[in-house]
Amino acid sequence: MTALRVVRAGPRTTVQDEGRYHLAQLGVPVAGAVDRPAMHRVNAVVGNDPDAAVIESTLGDDEFEADGEVEVALGGAVPAEFIRLRAGERLRVSRATTGVYVYVAVAGGVQVAAVLGSRSRDTLSGLGPPLLRAGDVLPVGAGLARSAVAVQPHVLGLGGGPIAVFPGPHLDLLPAAAFASFVAGEWTVTPAADRVALRLSGPVIESGIGGIDSEGLVPGAVQLLPDGQPVVFLANHPVTGGYPVIAVVAHAELSRVAQARPGANLRFQPWS
Amino acid sequence: MVIAAAPLGDAAVRCVVDDLAEAHALHAALMGAGLPGVVNVVPTWRCVVVMLDAPDHRAGVLEFVSALDVASLPDAPARRHELPIFYDGADLADVARQCGMTPAEVAAAHSAADYVVAFLGFAPGFPYLAGLPEALAVARKETPRQQVPAGAVGIADRVTGIYPAASPGGWQIVGRVEVRLWDEHATPPALLAPGDHVRFAPA
Repeated sequence: MTALRVVRAGPRTTVQDEGRYHLAQLGVPVAGAVDRPAMHRVNAVVGNDPDAAVIESTLGDDEFEADGEVEVALGGAVPAEFIRLRAGERLRVSRATTGVYVYVAVAGGVQVAAVLGSRSRDTLSGLGPPLLRAGDVLPVGAGLARSAVAVQPHVLGLGGGPIAVFPGPHLDLLPAAAFASFVAGEWTVTPAADRVALRLSGPVIESGIGGIDSEGLVPGAVQLLPDGQPVVFLANHPVTGGYPVIAVVAHAELSRVAQARPGANLRFQPWS
Repeated sequence: MVIAAAPLGDAAVRCVVDDLAEAHALHAALMGAGLPGVVNVVPTWRCVVVMLDAPDHRAGVLEFVSALDVASLPDAPARRHELPIFYDGADLADVARQCGMTPAEVAAAHSAADYVVAFLGFAPGFPYLAGLPEALAVARKETPRQQVPAGAVGIADRVTGIYPAASPGGWQIVGRVEVRLWDEHATPPALLAPGDHVRFAPA
């Protein structure tokens, strides 16, 4: 089987796919690629199913070597590109400059062993294939890109204006102006950002309550913590949460939120 | 009675019911219905969250739930588990002091109760067990432990739980079980599921 050898990997480079569904009632997070549309695009370029396993790098700056002919597609937080590698050739993934998550699809998919039906590294629970390290060998599926689509340039970034959100389910537990304050505020993504969540800093919104009875969480749920600061959950969110949810990011906006870098300013607006 | 169901963002539905038994019955009904686009159904105390893979499927779930009568739903199938327990936890003496009991009285009260798995969370296979006697309700530790061993049985407020794997944790540890609660290679991977009944048998 053809393989990609990891020459150099950032501290948070993993294998991802659509994650684990239908197991949340047993405490298993979905996980999977943080920027799903970016994963779907790179897979399309090499002719894979949209959910074939890919490499997800946080901020890029990785290097891989092919041991046979391998076709790869790059995307996400680096310029989209299609590259054919021959045996011994190396793929250098540049450092991300506009977003966070870089995706590398390989024709045939990354074929590491699946756990509970998925090849996703669940970084919250520690399920699935471990973080990639120099020297790891990733088997890749047979076949070259057959029904591939052309590389589509994709512009990342927050230039598209405020992020659309829906009012959260716990507004009746919060002060009347809480949601209005959230959408009026300007928020900064703090360095404590990972696949689980973005922590935001900005104007303090008094929640008036500590925790609530735990409820199921969804990607894009915005919890208001007791210190008055919001947390936006991403793909690797926990199954349940015990703080009030003040807003929920629109499904189509999850990719834009996920790619927000620490230090970025975010604004939100009610979906209309 | 009609279930209060409302959109949770555009790709999920949140249903509010009256109690845990209704949440489990609704969870079972939704898991059995095989509705298109449903990727997860999570019951908790008085709530069931239905997660969808895309906004298109939200209307179908709302329609399905609004046509249900929660009172006529069959009870979720409940399995019964008896878990041998050793009451030798690191916080047992402290819990006893807080409850004004001896450690033996804490063990007797904890093992006399019939528990229901409310939901699983925090870690894969970690059960939140409802039914803790009020006399044993103690707050979680002020400073979480760096490492709680696998099998540790803890108390936090009105629930008791079991750590399926070693992890940091803030619950008051009163005992331990030796059964395996989580095996990622097993089907299903978790020993316990929402609605299951659990008793602890002093070993």
